[in-house]
Amino acid sequence: MSIKQISVFLENKEGRLWEACDTLGRAGVNIRALSVADTEDFGIARMIVNNPERAVEALKNGGFTVGETDVVAVEVPDKPGGLAGILEILKDAGLNVEYLYCFVGTEGKGAVDVMKVEEVEKAEEVLKEKGIKLLQPEEVYNI
Amino acid sequence: MIWNKEYECLPRKKLEELQLERLKKIVNWVFERIPFYRSLYEKEGINPNKISSLSDLKHLPFTEKDDLRKAFPFGMFAVPLSEVVRVHASSGTTGQQTVVGYTRNDIETWSEVMARTMASCGTTSEDIVHNAYGYGLFTGGLGVHYGAEKIGATVIPMSGGNTKRQVLVMRDFGSTVLTCTPSYALYMSEVAEEMGIDFKALKLKSGAFGAEPWSESMRVEIEKKLNLEPFDIYGLSEIIGPGVSAECEAHEGLHLYEDHFLPEIIDPETLEPLPPGEKGELVITTLTKEATPVIRYRTRDITSLNYEPCSCGRTLVRMERVTGRTDDMLIIRGVNVFPSQVEQILMEIEGTEPHYQIVVDRKDSLDVMEVWVEVSDKIFSDEIKKLEVIEKRIKEEIQSQLGISVEVKLVEPKTIERSMGKAKRVIDKRKI
Repeated sequence: MSIKQISVFLENKEGRLWEACDTLGRAGVNIRALSVADTEDFGIARMIVNNPERAVEALKNGGFTVGETDVVAVEVPDKPGGLAGILEILKDAGLNVEYLYCFVGTEGKGAVDVMKVEEVEKAEEVLKEKGIKLLQPEEVYNI
Repeated sequence: MIWNKEYECLPRKKLEELQLERLKKIVNWVFERIPFYRSLYEKEGINPNKISSLSDLKHLPFTEKDDLRKAFPFGMFAVPLSEVVRVHASSGTTGQQTVVGYTRNDIETWSEVMARTMASCGTTSEDIVHNAYGYGLFTGGLGVHYGAEKIGATVIPMSGGNTKRQVLVMRDFGSTVLTCTPSYALYMSEVAEEMGIDFKALKLKSGAFGAEPWSESMRVEIEKKLNLEPFDIYGLSEIIGPGVSAECEAHEGLHLYEDHFLPEIIDPETLEPLPPGEKGELVITTLTKEATPVIRYRTRDITSLNYEPCSCGRTLVRMERVTGRTDDMLIIRGVNVFPSQVEQILMEIEGTEPHYQIVVDRKDSLDVMEVWVEVSDKIFSDEIKKLEVIEKRIKEEIQSQLGISVEVKLVEPKTIERSMGKAKRVIDKRKI
C-alpha cells in the first residue's frame, strides 16, 4: 500500500507557508516530512503527515488548494551509495522519478526517502524484489 | 492651420441646415439599401421621410457594435461590392471583428477629414510625416497616409514595429510630424535613449496621437521626452477610422467634423440624450458615408460636448478627451480585448468556468496585461512542471486567439476579490 502525500498550492508571498502549517497545527495534524518546490510566482508544499484525511479536510476548509498523491517511501541504507543503489533499481526498471525528498526517522536508523515515480505499484514491486525495505503507511505516518 | 475654412468655420445655423439635409438623405439611404435598417424601421414604425428636424434623431433606434458583428462580413454594406474600393476591419479577434467598406467617395471623405486632422495638428505641405500607425486592416495607417498626402506633406509609411529603425529613419529623414499611439511614442523615446539618440536633436515638431485613451500626464511626459507638441486625435473604424475629431493648437477639446458626423451624448443607463456639456456616452450618426453608414452608433466612449466657440476660429463642436468606456472593453497596445474572450479561452483549457482576473498596467510605456487564474483542485498538480505547462498553454492560447502577449500567473483560490458575489474581472492600473 502506498503512502499518501499531501500537496498544497502556495502563492509566493510571505506568510503563506506559515498559514498552511498553522492550519494543520490547529487541526492537530503532525507534519512528518516537508519539501517545498518553488517558482517565481508560486510554490508547492509537499508533505507527509500523521493523518492525511484530517490534513486535507483542514486545509480545504482553510481555503487552500490541496492535492493527494501516492508516493513510495523506502528506507535508505546509511552508507555511501545508499540512495544511488535505490535509484539504480528504478532506472533499470525504466521508471522515471519525478521528484524525491529525504528525511531522517526519529529512531535514527537511517534515512527515509519519499519518491514520486511514474508507476507507483511497479516501483514498489521492483524495489521489493531487490530487497529494499518499503515503509508502510502507518510506519511513515507515525515515525 | 485650418484645412477647410468653409466647412470647419460654418456658422452653427448653416451647419445645422447642412446636417439636417444630410441626415434626411442618409436615413433614406440606409432604409432603401440595408435590410437591417429597413426591418428595424418597419418594426418600429419609423418613416424615414418624416424627419423634419435634427431633434427627430432621438426617435431613431441605436446601432450597436453587436449589430455590425452579426452582419459579418458584408451584411451592413449599402452598396454592391463592385462600388466598394476598400475594406478595413476593427482590431477585434477572429469572428468578432467588424468589417467596414469604403466607396471611392468615402475614401475622398476620409482623406478630407484626415487632412483636417493633420492640419489641425500642425501639418503643412512642408512637413515630413513619420507614420508609425499600423498599415493593414487597422484604419490608423492608411487613414493618416491619405490625409497627409492630401495636404501635400511627404509621408514615410513606416507602419508599426522595428523601433530602432523607426528612430534612425526619424533622424536620417528629418521627420517633422510623428503619428502613432501615445504609448508607442513614449516607447520610441526609451529606445532612442538606449541608442544614444536625443529626441531634442531631431526635427520633430508635433505628433498626432490616438487609437487609445491617454491622459494629461502622459501628454506632459511625451512633450518632455520627445520634445514635440502632442495632439489628441480620435476615431473608430465603425465611423470612418481616425478623422472623427482632433485637437487644435488650443488643446481644449477635440473638434468633431460635424458636417460628416453628427454627435450626441446619451445617458448610457436611460439612453436619453443629455444636454450639451454633460458627460455621457458618445453616439455618432455618419452623415455622408456611402458604403457602411451607421445611424446613432453607440461608441461606448465616455465624453462630453462643448459648443462654445474656440479661439482657433473653428465653429465645430469640441469633445472632451475620452475618459472611459461604458462597456468592459480594454484596449491593450491598440488591440480591443473583452474579458469574456479571456474567459472563453480559460474555459476551453480548464473545462469549467474559472476564477480569473485581468490586471492591466503600463510598464516602460507599454501596456502589459496579466491574467491571474485561481488554481482549482481540478488543475492543481503536485508537480511544478505540470502547473507551468498550464500557465504556458493559457499564455499561448491568448496569444494566438487574441493576438496579444500576456503574462499568466497562477494564484490561490479566493485571491481574487469578489464583490456582491461577482468577481471583479479587470483591474486597470494604467493612469488614463
